[in-house]
Amino acid sequence: MKSEEKEDRGRIDISTEECKGCGLCVEACAPNVMQLSDGFNSRGYHPAVYLGSGCTGCGVCFFACPEPGAITVFTLLSPAKAAEAASLSLATTTL
Amino acid sequence: MYAKSFQRPKSLFGEFSRKSGDHLTTHYCPGCGHGNLHKYIAEAIDELGMQDRTVLVNPVGCSVFAYYYFDVGNIQVPHGRAPAAATAVKRALPDSLVISYQGDGDLAAIGGNEILHCANRGENITVFFVNNAIYGMTGGQMAPTTLLGQRTSTSPTGRQILEEGFPMHVSELLASLEGPSYIERVGLFDNKSRMRARKAVKKGLQNQIEGRGFSLIEVLSPCPTGWGLTPTDACNWVKENLLPVFPLGVIKDVTADRENWNRRRLEVTPERVAEVLGITHATAEKRTATWTDSNVATCYRDPRIKLAGFGGQGVLFLGKLLAEVGMREGFNVSWLPSYGPEMRGGTANCAVNISTLPVGSPLISDPSVLIATNRPSLDKFAPEVVSGGVILYDSSLIDTAPTRDDVEVLAVPATAIADSIGSPKVANIVMLGAYIGLTNVLPKERVVAVIESMTKKKALVELNIKAIDAGIEHASKAHVAEDSWAV
Ligand SMILES: Cc1ncc(C[n+]2csc(CCOP(=O)(O)OP(=O)(O)O)c2C)c(N)n1
Ligand code: SF4
Ligand code: SF4
Ligand code: SF4
Repeated sequence: MKSEEKEDRGRIDISTEECKGCGLCVEACAPNVMQLSDGFNSRGYHPAVYLGSGCTGCGVCFFACPEPGAITVFTLLSPAKAAEAASLSLATTTL
Repeated sequence: MYAKSFQRPKSLFGEFSRKSGDHLTTHYCPGCGHGNLHKYIAEAIDELGMQDRTVLVNPVGCSVFAYYYFDVGNIQVPHGRAPAAATAVKRALPDSLVISYQGDGDLAAIGGNEILHCANRGENITVFFVNNAIYGMTGGQMAPTTLLGQRTSTSPTGRQILEEGFPMHVSELLASLEGPSYIERVGLFDNKSRMRARKAVKKGLQNQIEGRGFSLIEVLSPCPTGWGLTPTDACNWVKENLLPVFPLGVIKDVTADRENWNRRRLEVTPERVAEVLGITHATAEKRTATWTDSNVATCYRDPRIKLAGFGGQGVLFLGKLLAEVGMREGFNVSWLPSYGPEMRGGTANCAVNISTLPVGSPLISDPSVLIATNRPSLDKFAPEVVSGGVILYDSSLIDTAPTRDDVEVLAVPATAIADSIGSPKVANIVMLGAYIGLTNVLPKERVVAVIESMTKKKALVELNIKAIDAGIEHASKAHVAEDSWAV
């Protein structure tokens, strides 16, 4: 990521093997940053994928998804929060 | 820097130990609302810090395997019966968070009666009622909530008023009762409805924790498989078809007026039982009786007595009397009746233990004593008597003696004796007299005392005493006769 670009407010992880390809998350995501993959997971579903940018971290995909662990949503911490979290090493650093 | 903000709730297992299928996903169909609701419930349990105190009671339906997913206490119960089980758990453990998780087939059809009474009692539990307008698990049959015109495998041309009646508005029905505190209907079909559902789920659980009484959250939940729709179309179907019939919103909320709606746990102590039964301290003393120092022969001690006859001959009463006398003598006793379908004319029997040891089971399959007052009873139970046991039978009614030679047999013409002293009705008491006369197992004085405490009419008490005496006399005469014969 280029430093002058604004960081996204959120990002998501999709556990491909836990996804059943129902598409409810895709339907729910307001900025339209998810879609169903053309490929299959090992159980024959087209899993949801994150398009890579534009997530707001709103979490609605998480609540639209019936599977317990298919989606994890991350939100960007404010600089103050991030510093605090770093010192406590609580946050999951993902970048 | 990013931090996880929405992730798998802790109250759901990280891996599912289900027997078939993978250990990562649920067994629910893609797009099934059960999964969403599971997440919302688990999320709320986490937020309320109640994971270690939650008991999820779930009956039959697609959610039958909820115990594979929820990392809380789980009880799986028969179809429709969750409210009863939840009631029991909540009353036994008032500090637990008890959830009854039920489908519409489960709650509204087979379990309709249970939920009605549970709601009416205002049990302080939380019910999640998953309304998908169909029986999902069994392949899409009609439910009470199925819409008019909706095709299911049992309403193939669509539900008709004159055939299957109207869709049942269960929440409204329950809200008409005084018992429930909180009833809300939510849906799972778009972002807004899902957020509203999360709130209601939490509110329903919070109510219970605050002791505000019965909460039920009805959830209009997509069943893409049962409806033959894609997951997205199923969500639209909820909105377009279910919503007009089952409008969302709070249907009843009297939580503000309800506090301390928890039943206090009843501590059941021996003292409390005695108090409830009206037993005074003197009669509730410890079981301390022993046979040593008594004049009861070893073969008669700790009797396992079977009493059998026609209904109406008083064998059940006789058994109760024996148990009561034994109890007051300080023995451990049990009395277990077994009725025929008819009160009179059928056969009846009961089993009585009188023991110095605690009674493990009130069932008696190897009696040491048989008191039989009719032929079928003697034929049936004589073979069960242990070798060295005793058989007493009413020889006025039974003309053939039992054929066993390894047991002691006493023929008592009880009905004839009873008739001669005043009434054939006390034949059972004559049998009792004969039994204690033969064995000395229980003292006559105590028997009389118990009869006196049970009978108000003086004349009846006297007749009973006569009957006991006659029985005792018969037994002693028979013994003498037998002894002289043996010589
Ligand atoms: C005593 C009994 N009767 C019938 C059944 C068969 N049965 C299993 S699930 C079910 C209906 C379930 O429907 P619902 O409660 O709506 O739950 P869903 O599967 O739709 O989630 C029936 C009738 C059973 N298991 N036990
Ligand atoms: S968190 Fe919100 S914005 Fe991000 S992918 Fe999910 S629904 Fe879309
Ligand atoms: S909602 Fe969940 S299961 Fe459905 S496609 Fe999205 S990630 Fe997969
Ligand atoms: S049949 Fe319906 S209720 Fe059952 S798991 Fe599938 S979608 Fe869910």
